[in-house]
Amino acid sequence: MSVYFLCLVLFSIGLYCVLRRRNIIKIIIGISIMEYAVNLFFILIGYRWHGRAPLLSQNQEVLRMVDPIPQELILISIVIGLSVLALLVAIAIKIFDKYNTFDITKIRKLKG
Amino acid sequence: MLELQLLLLFMISAAIIAVEAKDMISSVIALGTVGIGLCLGFLLLKAPDLAITQLVAEILCLIILIRATLKQDLPLVRDGRWFFNTFSTLCFIVIFLIFVFLALKEISVFGNPEMKIAKEILTGSLDKTGATNFITSVILDFRAYDTLGEATILFAAVIGVAAVMRKIGRNKPRA
Repeated sequence: MSVYFLCLVLFSIGLYCVLRRRNIIKIIIGISIMEYAVNLFFILIGYRWHGRAPLLSQNQEVLRMVDPIPQELILISIVIGLSVLALLVAIAIKIFDKYNTFDITKIRKLKG
Repeated sequence: MLELQLLLLFMISAAIIAVEAKDMISSVIALGTVGIGLCLGFLLLKAPDLAITQLVAEILCLIILIRATLKQDLPLVRDGRWFFNTFSTLCFIVIFLIFVFLALKEISVFGNPEMKIAKEILTGSLDKTGATNFITSVILDFRAYDTLGEATILFAAVIGVAAVMRKIGRNKPRA
């Protein structure tokens, strides 16, 4: 219980960062923190007490392995998160080129 | 599970530093600390494939973000509705955490997952696919279309970055 709760506290720190910072790079950092927290939450759901990693070696029985399904989903999610981050940073750099600032309160007006 | 709780507290403090630091470089490096802590957490939770992937993704993420840290963070401005905005954000987060606390009572207790589908995979997949790594057998056999979709998303993101970052655009003929 408390492990789940700490994981979601980490999520809400990322949420605070997204909602209250004005710098675009800080907002991207907040999105990354939220993504990490969600990944960790999935893996926490699939954990079993005294479980083993879902790998087989020769002449071995299947006993008490952790759940492989969340691990597989998160393996895909990590790579997608990285590509989304690359796209966000590219857009942020373009915004900096055009407006010469990272401040989101000054990017309101249309230009060009 | 004491070591996991300590690791989570470490990650939370690193995340607070990443949010509050004035210097952008130190903020990015604190984000890297969170990512490496996540990698250690995956190792503790018996997910070695994920730990390797997370380590590589974290290093790439640092390289990408350091490219973008051109300037210092913006100075804090306490004008007008600053207090109201912060207060309402904190209220929202507290309400969110209360609902999380209520919702966590409904899911299964930590350490005892239900594993309805996983039982099928853990017992039958060695005969069906021949892979000894169950994650690989799921990712490349049972859910191969999912992996194809992931590759599509990666490709689309690369095309997006190339389209956004290109220097020379096509000139419109002016009437």
